Amino acid sequence: MTASASTSSAQRTSSAAAPLRKPRGGGPARRGKVGGLADWIGVGPPLLLFCLFIVVPMIVAVVLSFMNWNGTGNPSWAGFANWTTFFHDPQAHQSLWITVKLVVFSYAVQTPISIALGLFTAGKGRLKSIYAAIYILPLLISTVGVALMWESLLDPLLGPFQGHQAWLSNPGDALYALTLIIAWQFIPFHTLLYAVGRRQIPAVLYEAARIDGATPVQMFFRVTLPQLRYTIVTSGILMVVGALTYFDIIYVMTGGGPGTSTRTLSLDMYLAVFPASEFGYASVLAVILGVIGIAIALVMVRSSGFGKMRSQQEGVA
Amino acid sequence: MLSRLRPGRTISVVFATVWLLIVAIPIYYMILATFRNQNTYLTSNAWIPNNLTFSSYGQVWDAHLGTYFLNSVILTAACIVLSVTLCLGAAYRIVRRQSRWVGVSFSVMLFGLAIPIQAIIVPLYVMLVKMHLYDTMYALILVLTAAAVPVSVLIMVSFVRDIPRELISAMLIDGGTEWTVFRRLIWPLSRPVISTLAIYNGLNVWNNFLLPLVLTINHATVLPLGLNTLKGQYSENVPVMMAGVLLSTLPLVILFIFMRRQVMSSLGGIVTR
Repeated sequence: MTASASTSSAQRTSSAAAPLRKPRGGGPARRGKVGGLADWIGVGPPLLLFCLFIVVPMIVAVVLSFMNWNGTGNPSWAGFANWTTFFHDPQAHQSLWITVKLVVFSYAVQTPISIALGLFTAGKGRLKSIYAAIYILPLLISTVGVALMWESLLDPLLGPFQGHQAWLSNPGDALYALTLIIAWQFIPFHTLLYAVGRRQIPAVLYEAARIDGATPVQMFFRVTLPQLRYTIVTSGILMVVGALTYFDIIYVMTGGGPGTSTRTLSLDMYLAVFPASEFGYASVLAVILGVIGIAIALVMVRSSGFGKMRSQQEGVA
Repeated sequence: MLSRLRPGRTISVVFATVWLLIVAIPIYYMILATFRNQNTYLTSNAWIPNNLTFSSYGQVWDAHLGTYFLNSVILTAACIVLSVTLCLGAAYRIVRRQSRWVGVSFSVMLFGLAIPIQAIIVPLYVMLVKMHLYDTMYALILVLTAAAVPVSVLIMVSFVRDIPRELISAMLIDGGTEWTVFRRLIWPLSRPVISTLAIYNGLNVWNNFLLPLVLTINHATVLPLGLNTLKGQYSENVPVMMAGVLLSTLPLVILFIFMRRQVMSSLGGIVTR
């Protein structure tokens, strides 16, 4: 499954990179030993780092998922045992469901607000630039910082809004509370993306729409949204894959609790290693996370024609 | 026409102001809380600035925040320097496309854009223990730099590609080597993209939590982990925790104040390029 996903992705990226190799003239024909050495010095070190610390671990994860290993001694071959465990593990199924909910809620909350704020901050004016500067602030605070801040804000006993429900320690509310805090942290980034996207829409399109007598609502649906489609895809991929693998705030604020009500797949995987030391099973969860992440990115890129547009742009540039 | 636009405009300003308050109020609360101590935090109104003191800053500094801070500075600086120099060199070679394997390795690195880091933390932990790098700054520097490679190479290739080929060939004809072209032409011309990536990668490394959590235990504690430790030690003392959060964010805020435009275009432009 990983193999097929990786090859199709490699094909896609190489086709996107194709215009690169097409000679554009003016390039000196100094091939041979000197060029080869310079290539090794230039491309070698980052490629080595990347392969050693990103590609090799991905392969090791796949191999480990077929092993039994508790971290000490020699790993033993397990065949598909870990994978069968996954299909019969109620905790894993619940974690998967919680993860899906987190992804859907995050997307539903963050996208409309980000688009609205992005369109607002894309305009000119002193007020808007001050607003835009303040909107960025959550992005600068580390995730742990955001978590500690909201934890003390929402504390029902010591916090400033005393007397409300303890959302974070109520199994029915905790996931929603986390979704909103995650949205607070990440909406600034997506707002920036939409602001950049909006500024790239040619003003001529709005002129033409105005001459045709379009209302502001019609302009939004007929000009702005269609023109923003690549930004919507980019931001959507980042949001979905980000929420899918989201870990930091949940680990710090609830640790997956109360009970297991916020135990997402990535947290489940972490807990399978620290403290449980079930490296084989954790690797199964890791491979599943990786495959879902890559698959979602590919599907969203394909279905939007985003890849084509990208290579067209490269051809023009 | 104007009367038709006005309600829409009012709604958007109201909405934008509501979000402004949602962003600003928690931050205001946090800043105010840092100037309290454990007792006045509980007794004073959380929204009115009175009974202020600096004692929490002293306390959090005594709780090794300085060490965490230094580790974070070293880690971030090393990752920025490594990722920017290595990836610009690679981008130059990829754009020059003198051999086929360079193009292939570009595709390999681009594939990394799709791999979520969460999917590889288990084997990374195992590998770094085996390499005797577990719980060292080296582990963090190497892994976080490697994680920055795909984005950095992609952005730099798309920038370096726009440098006119005529300039490169002119320098080579005048007897320059590949190294002098890189050093005297590519590097100076790439200054904008270098600062963009320095900001983007720097922010990611400074605030990264998962990799330090998995790859270190107590000899290379960086700020995000240190804050989590504070949470364990001072769970009853909110002002100390908030002071820690604020101090750890301060360098980024200062950077942001001086380079607002640059920071915003770096973050917003990096994926929409």
